[in-house]
Amino acid sequence: MSATNPSVVQERWGGGNSPYSMSWQKLLMWWFIISDFLIFAGFLAAYGFNRLAVGNANWPDQTEIFHMNFIAAMTFVLITSSATMATAVAAAKKEDSATAKRFLWLTILGGITFLGMQAFEWKGFIEEGARLHTNPWGVPSFSAFFFAITGLHGTHVLIGVIVLLVVTIRAARGRYTAGGIELAGLYWHFVDLVWVFVFGCFYLI
Amino acid sequence: MSQGNGHDHHEMSFFRKYIWSTDHKTIGIQWLFTALLFIFLGGGLALMIRMSLARPGSVLDSNYYWIMTMHGTIMIFFVIIPILVGAFANFLIPLQIGAEDMAFPRLNALAYWMIWPSAIIMLASFFVEGGAASFGWTSYPPGTGTEVMSTSGMTAPSGGSGGLGQTLWLVSVFFVGMTSIVGAVNYVTTVVKLRAPGMTYFRMPLTTWSIFITAILAVFGTPVLASGALMLLADRVIGTTFFQPSHDGNVLLWQHLFWFYSHPAVYIMVLPAMGIVSEIISCFARKPIFGYKPMVVAMSGIAGLGFIVWGHHMFMSGMNPVLGMTFMISTMMIALPSAIKTFNWLATLWRGNIQFTVPMCHAIAFVSMFIVGGLSGIFMAATPVDIHIHDTYFIVAHFHYVVFGGTMFAVFGAICFWFPKMFGRMMNSAWGYIHFVVSFIFFNLTFFPMHMLGQAGHPRRIAWSYDVLKDQGYAFLKEYQGMNEFITICAFVLGFAQIIFVLNVIWSSLKGEKAEKNPWKATTLEWSAASPPPHLNWDGKIPTVHRGAYEYGSPEGKDDFIPQDADLTKA
Repeated sequence: MSATNPSVVQERWGGGNSPYSMSWQKLLMWWFIISDFLIFAGFLAAYGFNRLAVGNANWPDQTEIFHMNFIAAMTFVLITSSATMATAVAAAKKEDSATAKRFLWLTILGGITFLGMQAFEWKGFIEEGARLHTNPWGVPSFSAFFFAITGLHGTHVLIGVIVLLVVTIRAARGRYTAGGIELAGLYWHFVDLVWVFVFGCFYLI
Repeated sequence: MSQGNGHDHHEMSFFRKYIWSTDHKTIGIQWLFTALLFIFLGGGLALMIRMSLARPGSVLDSNYYWIMTMHGTIMIFFVIIPILVGAFANFLIPLQIGAEDMAFPRLNALAYWMIWPSAIIMLASFFVEGGAASFGWTSYPPGTGTEVMSTSGMTAPSGGSGGLGQTLWLVSVFFVGMTSIVGAVNYVTTVVKLRAPGMTYFRMPLTTWSIFITAILAVFGTPVLASGALMLLADRVIGTTFFQPSHDGNVLLWQHLFWFYSHPAVYIMVLPAMGIVSEIISCFARKPIFGYKPMVVAMSGIAGLGFIVWGHHMFMSGMNPVLGMTFMISTMMIALPSAIKTFNWLATLWRGNIQFTVPMCHAIAFVSMFIVGGLSGIFMAATPVDIHIHDTYFIVAHFHYVVFGGTMFAVFGAICFWFPKMFGRMMNSAWGYIHFVVSFIFFNLTFFPMHMLGQAGHPRRIAWSYDVLKDQGYAFLKEYQGMNEFITICAFVLGFAQIIFVLNVIWSSLKGEKAEKNPWKATTLEWSAASPPPHLNWDGKIPTVHRGAYEYGSPEGKDDFIPQDADLTKA
């Protein structure tokens, strides 16, 4: 179809591969990512609004509640999995399927490790008395937003792991395209990027 | 030339062809009939509202809140948005840009079929204990969130107006939102990737432009509503307190999240109508649309500004005066692109060779009603005036002038205009004129007096104003009860006039005069396909586009118009 889509912009484009030549699937994925990102934006904006409304002084001091080293390790694991994902995509583009598969498995391992660490963190919180509508540290919405935002993100990681498993198993059977792996990769990088925002807004500030 | 999946050239069974179809035209027509089905439910609820207001004291009064909530919800989420960004977006985008189908036909079918679980959940909520949702289509907490919570933590929903019905409402709206997003990402991808050779962005018909911009609005706005709905649902079902001031939640937070989507949603409900009207006016004035690029820029401007004005729904909710002023100014700025569009329509009509066909009458009705609705909008954009008219019938008059007087007339016009392309037959124009005249007159008789009711202080969303028989109620509304009765009578005539339209649609689609390829002598690409177009639209011969979308009255052609795909160098 690209042959029947001559775009003036494409002819004048002088910066390497034109963004207009991306596949339909990739364009759709980008629009999906924008809309999914805005769901997180809604939650994070709500969290910011609520925190300002109750007053920063009433907000629990995160450094006393969270085990920051543990969270930093979680972040490290997730960002590393993004790097392995990028390696897998690059290998798939070079049609080096052995390397691609190896790094896909590493990415899945990273995702599962992250989920495990998150479950461990949740377990600790729940044991200390945090609930959706109450917590021992102060305003109830603190734990509500904690569970909602990290839960939503965790769900996305879980979906990402499932998608990667499907892609990897298909790759192992020889039924994959570099484009398909790249799409899964885009989603995975998006999930990691969202974590950076969650980490920054919820844990650090 | 493969366009995604799901395209087989072999003969399809009836079931595959008309029910589980991935053809964008079939899906568009499915959306159209779905919306026309729901318009009668929503309209019936509207008449129940009017009955309650004209004759207070009936059983309707105690059911008033869910009736008016479901009227708004169904009209917005199951009629207006589906008809504009479901029916016409699906039917027109591929035909107008010269594509064989949507970029993702199966995703497209999924978007349509996702509306049904959502609709069934919404309809089921009429029958659960406590009745359907009853806090208005805005579902403001704390009312919508309190029933589930007690101070000790979670309890079961206690029934009553905030019971299961409200929960189902939220689930349904969340699914409608997902439908919107799935549809919108497909439309955007299709417009960007599947335009025919020569179809540059600034040669696209304005209808496609308006739907393209609307789809972008939907992608940016709907997820935020979805996040809000998820939080409110969590408040109701699993006991969080995001919006509960009894703990430390914040009711204003919901209003922000809700209106961040729902104000742009107002433009989702009017931008495609503007595109449709531009198309019809240009065709029947036999003149190129005046200011094509300004039209596109104005629509983009409306869409962009639409995201920074949501606070004007909350002037009375309490906000920092500086913020109130900011939202007031940004809201007033929307008058600029709207005025550009209005004057462009008028300039297109100016000295045109105007043909008053049925679609043209509806399009001109759109412009005039949109002016009334737009001007009354400026009243409430001004904060000092808004304090007086907030939550009165003035607001009801305003948005019905925009959504019914504006969008619905554009929709009627669009159905009449593209009817030959959809069904291969002409619509009966005699009954078309009768429907138009009755609707136009009784629309104004119904909704114009509401401005006066609102000025007099008649609140919206209350079950009864003044009961003449029992001589009780709001004394200051006593003298307006006659007006309420008058409005109700007119509303019934308006409602029953729509039966003419539906009968006309059904009769004409079966028995109407056969339509030729291009009955209106229009220029855009859809008129170069057969009526109705076959599967894949042009039998594999994608047209090549040589010029802009509105070459009417050009001296170069042999007729008074030059179709977009006409190659004059060959002639």
